[in-house]
Amino acid sequence: MCPQADDLIVIVSKRPRRAQSGKFSVVGVLGELLITAATLVLLFLGWQLWWNDLLMANSQSSAASQISQDWIDSNTLTPELVPSVGSAEPSAVPVAVDYGAPIVADVPAKATAFAVLYVPRFGADYRRTIAEGTGHDVLNSNRLGIGHYTGTQMPGEVGNFAVAAHRSAFGGGMHLINELQLGDAIYVQTADGYYSYRYRDTEYVAPSQVQVLASVPNHPEASAVDRIITLTSCNPLYSTAERIIAYGVLEAWQPLSAGAPAELAPIIAAQG
Amino acid sequence: MYAALWRVLPGPVWARIILVLILLVAVLAVLATWVYPWIDGIINNQEATVGGS
Repeated sequence: MCPQADDLIVIVSKRPRRAQSGKFSVVGVLGELLITAATLVLLFLGWQLWWNDLLMANSQSSAASQISQDWIDSNTLTPELVPSVGSAEPSAVPVAVDYGAPIVADVPAKATAFAVLYVPRFGADYRRTIAEGTGHDVLNSNRLGIGHYTGTQMPGEVGNFAVAAHRSAFGGGMHLINELQLGDAIYVQTADGYYSYRYRDTEYVAPSQVQVLASVPNHPEASAVDRIITLTSCNPLYSTAERIIAYGVLEAWQPLSAGAPAELAPIIAAQG
Repeated sequence: MYAALWRVLPGPVWARIILVLILLVAVLAVLATWVYPWIDGIINNQEATVGGS
C-alpha cells in the first residue's frame, strides 16, 4: 500500500518539532558542549603529537644547522694536510690519521648548547642541538631538544656521554631510536671537532633505572675504560611507561679543521 | 547551540557553509597558536629521562 500524497503531509506535520527558535533544549546544548569538549581534547592530541611536533622538529633542526655552521665558519685553523703516501692516486683509500686523544670540553652552563648530534639512520636531514641538563627548558625547547645528563661525561671523554630526548612530540629527537642497527654511526659535533660513535646495542629499562647513566653503564662500581655514548628516550612510542636506552662506543675523533667524517660530510654540506 | 549559530548566520546556504568554514579555521588557529601551547606548558605530561629529573 502506497501512502497517498495527503497522508504524507499528515505524517510530516505530525513529526515532533525540535526546539523552536529562541528556545534551547538543555539536554541538546549539554550534548553539544560535551561533543565539543571531546573534539577539543582530540585536537589537542593531534596538535601535540603531529602539528607542534613537526613545527618543533623543523625549528630544532634549523637551529642545530645554524650552530654547527657557526662552529665551522669560526674555525680559523688551516686544514691539516693528510700525509701523502707514495703515489698520490685520487682513488687511494684515505689514510686514517691519528689525531691523538679527543679534546674533552668543559661542562657548559645549564641549558647551554655545546654539541650537535647527527644520526644518519634517523634521516639525512636529522640534526639536533645538545644542551646541558635534561629539564623541560632543554627537552621542550624549540631550538635545543637533546639534553646532556648533568654529571655524566662529555663527548670523547672516557666514561659515558649520556643524553635524553623525547620519543614523540616536542620535536621527537629520538623518534627512530628503535631503528638503530649494529654499526650505525652516531656523530657528535662540537666547537672542537667530530666524535664518531658506533651504535652497539639497546636495552629497555624502568624509568627509575639510573644505572644506565653510570660511566660503565649498569656497573656503577666499575671504573671506565671505554668512551661510550648513551641515548635515552621513552618507550613504547607515545607512552612513558618504559625507557629505551641505546649505547654506542667512540670509534674516532677528528678536529673541526680536518673536516667532517666521510659519511657525515655530505650531510654537513647539505645543511647550508 | 550550533543550530542557533546556523540560524544567526546570514545569506543563502552556500554562504553560510563558507562562513562556518571560516569560523572553524579561525577557532583552530586560535587553539593552535595560543590555547594549546598554554595547556602544553601547564600539563607537561611527557617525561623522557631516566631518574625523572
